[in-house]
Amino acid sequence: MKGKATFSNKFLPYLLVAPQIIVTAVFFVWPAVQAIQQSVLRSDPFGLRTTFVGLDNFRALFADPYYLGSVRLSFLFSAAVALTALSVALLLAVMANKPLRGAKVYKTLLIWPYALAPAMAAVLWLFLFQPSIGILARGLQDIGIHWNYTLNGGQALLLVILASVWKQVSYNFIFFLAGLQAIPKSLIEAARVDGATSTRAFWSVVFPLLTPTTFFLVVMNTVYAFFDTFGAIDALTKGGPGKATETMVYKLYVDGFKNFKINSSAAQSVILMALVIVLTAFQFRFIERRVHYL
Amino acid sequence: MKRHKLVIVVLAVLALGSVAVAQRVQIEFWHAATGALAAALTEVVAGFNASQDVYVVNPVYKGSYTETMSAAIAAFRAGQPPHIVQIFEVGTATMMAAAGAIYPVYQLMADTNTPFDPEQYIAPVKGYYSSADGKMISMPFNSSTALLWYNKDAFRAAGLDPDNPPRTWAEARAAAKAIVDAGAAKMGLATSWLTWIQFEQFAALHDLPFATKSNGFEGMDAVLALDHPLFVRHVQTLMDMQAEGSFTYAGRDSAPDALFGSGEAAMLMASSALRARVMREAQFEWGVTYLPYYDDFIAEPKNSIIGGASLWVMRRPDATAAEYKGVAEFFAYLGLAATDAKWHIMTGYVPLTFGGYEAAKAQGYYDANPGADLAILQLARPNPTENTRGLRLGNLPEIRVVIYEEVEKALQGQQTAQQAMDNVVRRGNAILREFEAIYK
Repeated sequence: MKGKATFSNKFLPYLLVAPQIIVTAVFFVWPAVQAIQQSVLRSDPFGLRTTFVGLDNFRALFADPYYLGSVRLSFLFSAAVALTALSVALLLAVMANKPLRGAKVYKTLLIWPYALAPAMAAVLWLFLFQPSIGILARGLQDIGIHWNYTLNGGQALLLVILASVWKQVSYNFIFFLAGLQAIPKSLIEAARVDGATSTRAFWSVVFPLLTPTTFFLVVMNTVYAFFDTFGAIDALTKGGPGKATETMVYKLYVDGFKNFKINSSAAQSVILMALVIVLTAFQFRFIERRVHYL
Repeated sequence: MKRHKLVIVVLAVLALGSVAVAQRVQIEFWHAATGALAAALTEVVAGFNASQDVYVVNPVYKGSYTETMSAAIAAFRAGQPPHIVQIFEVGTATMMAAAGAIYPVYQLMADTNTPFDPEQYIAPVKGYYSSADGKMISMPFNSSTALLWYNKDAFRAAGLDPDNPPRTWAEARAAAKAIVDAGAAKMGLATSWLTWIQFEQFAALHDLPFATKSNGFEGMDAVLALDHPLFVRHVQTLMDMQAEGSFTYAGRDSAPDALFGSGEAAMLMASSALRARVMREAQFEWGVTYLPYYDDFIAEPKNSIIGGASLWVMRRPDATAAEYKGVAEFFAYLGLAATDAKWHIMTGYVPLTFGGYEAAKAQGYYDANPGADLAILQLARPNPTENTRGLRLGNLPEIRVVIYEEVEKALQGQQTAQQAMDNVVRRGNAILREFEAIYK
């Protein structure tokens, strides 16, 4: 094989991939194995009494209507975040891809939010929408909308979705813009010559050619919505009111680090891990078929 | 090799600044104090370190209460716990159940022959951190209770007597209504720490059990007693007040604290330790009074209970007898009247000992700061009962969240007050049984 010819020393290739392997092993494989181990035990927080309980922790979770509620909520939340973030980003990317005066400024401003830490982004939203100090919240109250997301579950969910979407739009925007710029102008011109309207040209030519980017982003956005939205939820609603914004990742944090139910929390993280693996595999199996590579 | 060691020693000495410090017994103290509390803590620790030349206590900030507790648990599992850790009051049952991880204070004091009189601590403080048979397990540190803060200017604007604040819930409701109707403030009444103040404190004031088995002191098989008609009635009162605009639910935990100083809420039930913040923020004349009660249920309210945190001694595999002696000396120093009074005045937390209270009084602190003694007077009401000692329930932080969730649902109109409290009891009991199962 080519590899053998390239590397004179046969340990060199292993050495070169070692950093990546070590990082993965230490920060992913090892904790994952520990989570699986913890998920079949029952112990006190200090680990002084530990008993093997088999799948009891999983059984308890699936019998708990609040856990099932958080699973449902996670799907709803993730679908809303991924779909909105993708559509808005695509729309903005298409518009920013047109020859515009000051396009660079728009692009910079649109990419900016990505540089913010999720918790910081959430604090900005807090300044806007916190019922008693938020500027926009006061505006909403002034025009007669009863805005108080600390009590209204629907409003709380809407707020964390908006904050999460806003953060992710920048990321999607960069990829969509790059994807759009990679599409040869000649193809679009050919479509126009054939008499296609710009809408038709977009859906028949541009969008299919963007599918590799879109597919990649669907996977990334799903993972983002399931895991990385923790910061926004923690800073804005802490899962409340009631359990209106308690997604799976937030619930496992609360159970593990606030309620000190380490084993249940481990079981939840195993379920979440399995779920996202299945979801990603599903996307590769069924959506990738429809991806057109140039 | 030898030269290597020498270099390390020299470096260590240079880093610590003096040979004496390097030779003193080092004691790790993890805490969650910020702001004024952190400043006071640093000063008290520095006072101890300067008072003798054998031990050095090193305070380390570890984040919020929950984060500090998490860190201590993780460190214990890794065999590296601190000697002392500050744990909030709701973590008490979890710590107490971890018999192999903690070193009970009464035992520490006996083992190290350190003179120690638990009777000097005021009853609700001592009771919260003692075993059912009265042995002190953790060291009281920062304790507060809840009080009613009110805006005297708003009272005047609404035609109410600012020197005659509400005593009962009926009066509080009437005052809140009058304030909102007169437009004297945006909100009539709000409450911080809804679960702690409207249920835990509320139960003690009305001499009602929060849970059976003396609020859990007598055994882990306790069940919640929150479906008593008075709790249901109280949730209904809050719902009715919300409907008429005189009560505003403004979020969990300390989130509503900001509403009083800003003048938005004319009355706020909050921690007695809010004093420093109120003094800093309030641009109006304010007052503070005891928590209201239902006078048709109890003629004389009982003592309120404490919140805050205590200091736990942890078992460390490599700890020496000298280190634990140092911990005991540090605790004895904290119990001195002068230390306690200083701590109380600097932080706004209640004095832990009668000596501390008397010392603060002798310094004229209460004359200069009217109302600063209300917290301790409310805590030290006579004839405490088994319902007013505190709570000893496993997974209490989780139970608090359940109470928040169910009351929030009731306030959103999704369920009745009765349903809310029934759900609290059902879900809370399941949580208590989970805790019990671990220790079976």
